[in-house]
Amino acid sequence: MDAIRYLLILSAVLFTIGAAGVLLRRNALVIFMCIEIMLNAVNLTFIALSRQLQSLDGQIFVFMVMAVAAAEVAIGLGIIVSIFRHRATTDVDDVSLLKG
Amino acid sequence: MVAYAWLMLLFPLLGVLVNAFFGRRIGKRVVSWVACSAIGLSFLVALGVLVGVAGSKGIEQPLFTWIRAGNFRVEFSLLLDPLSALMAAVVTGVSFLIHIYSVGYMAEDPRYARYFTYLNLFVFAMLILVLANNYLMMYVGWEGVGLCSYLLIGFWFERKSAADAGKKAFIVNRVGDVGFALGIMLIFATFGTLQFSEVFRRAPGVLGPAVVTAITLLLFMGATGKSAQIPLYIWLPDAMEGPTPVSALIHAATMVTAGVYMVARNHVLFDMAPATMTVVASIGAATAFFAATMALVEKDLKRILAYSTISQLGYMFLAVGVGAYSAGMFHLTTHAFFKALLFLAAGSVMHALAGEINIMKLGGLREKLPTTYAVFAVGAAALAGVPLFSGFFSKDEILWRAFLRSPVLWLVGLVTALLTAVYIFRALFVTFWGKTRAEKKLWEHAHEAPAVMSVPMLILAVLAVVGGYIGLPRLSLVEGYLEPVLPAGHIAEAGALEWVLLAVSAVVALGGIALAYYLYVVRPEAPARLSRQYAPLYTLLSRKYYVDEFYMAVVVEPLRRVGRFIAELFDPQVVDGAVNGLARLAGVCGEGLGTLQTGRVRSYALSILVGVVIILGYFLLR
Repeated sequence: MDAIRYLLILSAVLFTIGAAGVLLRRNALVIFMCIEIMLNAVNLTFIALSRQLQSLDGQIFVFMVMAVAAAEVAIGLGIIVSIFRHRATTDVDDVSLLKG
Repeated sequence: MVAYAWLMLLFPLLGVLVNAFFGRRIGKRVVSWVACSAIGLSFLVALGVLVGVAGSKGIEQPLFTWIRAGNFRVEFSLLLDPLSALMAAVVTGVSFLIHIYSVGYMAEDPRYARYFTYLNLFVFAMLILVLANNYLMMYVGWEGVGLCSYLLIGFWFERKSAADAGKKAFIVNRVGDVGFALGIMLIFATFGTLQFSEVFRRAPGVLGPAVVTAITLLLFMGATGKSAQIPLYIWLPDAMEGPTPVSALIHAATMVTAGVYMVARNHVLFDMAPATMTVVASIGAATAFFAATMALVEKDLKRILAYSTISQLGYMFLAVGVGAYSAGMFHLTTHAFFKALLFLAAGSVMHALAGEINIMKLGGLREKLPTTYAVFAVGAAALAGVPLFSGFFSKDEILWRAFLRSPVLWLVGLVTALLTAVYIFRALFVTFWGKTRAEKKLWEHAHEAPAVMSVPMLILAVLAVVGGYIGLPRLSLVEGYLEPVLPAGHIAEAGALEWVLLAVSAVVALGGIALAYYLYVVRPEAPARLSRQYAPLYTLLSRKYYVDEFYMAVVVEPLRRVGRFIAELFDPQVVDGAVNGLARLAGVCGEGLGTLQTGRVRSYALSILVGVVIILGYFLLR
């Protein structure tokens, strides 16, 4: 079996772990970390395929994703801190003011 | 003077503005001076114009362009010709006298300034109607006088009957005005212009018999509304709820004759439509007769005069319907004098007896009110057509011309003349002769009207006598004066016949008076016996042929039922139901969708994931 398969399976596993974490965990910080896992699973896919196809495009995408993820972390953490200040919790189920 | 004809309109308009905006502050004296002098000055201008346009075919005096839209132009211009000048002089002259009379009659009224504002506004609107040089302007005046009529009938609107009478007049007139408006539209569709002179000039070449008949019938429909002819006459008797000078001015002398004036103005069109002419003459004769029979049994003095007005307007339509336009205008003029006089005298009776108007509760008033009695007698003689009084000449002219056209019309006119003499002298004898039946307190307080009321009556009385001399048979000044506008046509030389007819109608008038004298003075118990003997006929007459009831049942009730159906079922169930149903639908949808909005971030994330999986699955497994 080629290396590429292992890499893709690994990234699929990572992505699934991340997605499950987002859906199942209640702590906002943990959810956040799970999102990062999902992003990095995608990054791994890009890198693997970049190598397989002998093309730099995938690597450039990865840099883009990392830059965006960094920005997102900055904003997301800011929101979480703000919620924590107001409600003294980071449990996302407690924050349900927009319920219809 | 002709160049200043626009002043005729300006003065009443100024009177309206001053009294409408400052009337309550400047005091009754100033209000009456403003109102009366406005009409007086207007009358002087009208007299100047009357003299100035003699013999002319008509001058059009443009004031400004009123509407300009593409090819469509309506000028605001005055048409000054003998016909409009005569009408304007009659209108302003009679109005002037009635304004002065009103100063005394309305002296105690709290809404004094408003009254004179309306009265001036009426004269303004009437002059627009009369002096218009196109149909649209005439229509504006036509509606303007209708509005003033409504406002003045319902002037004492605290009384429900007055408010209802105003509404009735307005609504019934609306029916006729629809016809008038349609006629004007048809004229515009046919000619592309609304100017009288253009329409009349092109009419012979452009109009086919069907179109001209349609136009004239529609115009005449408007006339039946405004001039209270069958079938739309029902509003006029109720209009007597208004102050008596208003009845004299609007509902006897001027506004109600607008229909006759309109037909005379459009004589070019009417002459081209013989079928319409037959309709006009027949309706005129029928109205004259039926209204006179109703007047025979009426007990309300003003209503007697109202039916008499309807009947006399019938005569005028009979005249124009047989092509005797100048005879119609002549009768219009004399009628304005003597009918205004009769109304003012009736007003004087009301003034003296605290508003009592039922002739069965009057009687013997000639001792208390000698002047009023005298002028009423003059008016009655003129109306009845006693020889040498004004009504004699004008009515006879009409009867003669009717005879030339059709002896049947003449016979109806003659019988009506007999009835006229009977009913008006019945009113005279029952009101002024015999012993009084008035309440003692009222009787003792009865007093002759002040000079401000009696002088206008005396002037009108003089006019009611001598007014006829402007139209002596064979020497008619009126006919000669109107000749440039209303060609007299070729009348067969009747020779002795004319004089025979003259004698017959004189005999009939005197016979009617004698009959009234016998019934109401010599044998006062006879009328009661007669009414018992012919009870069905009497009931039929006193219930006015059940026409009001008929209209009530056939027109008003069904409309009311439709209205009630819409108000009570259709509107709340269907219209409101649709609106409320839509609102409820939106609410239900919102509630249903609202349950999806849990507020839990993880469930949103799940739905996003599921959505992505479904979309990806679709594309991958396709």
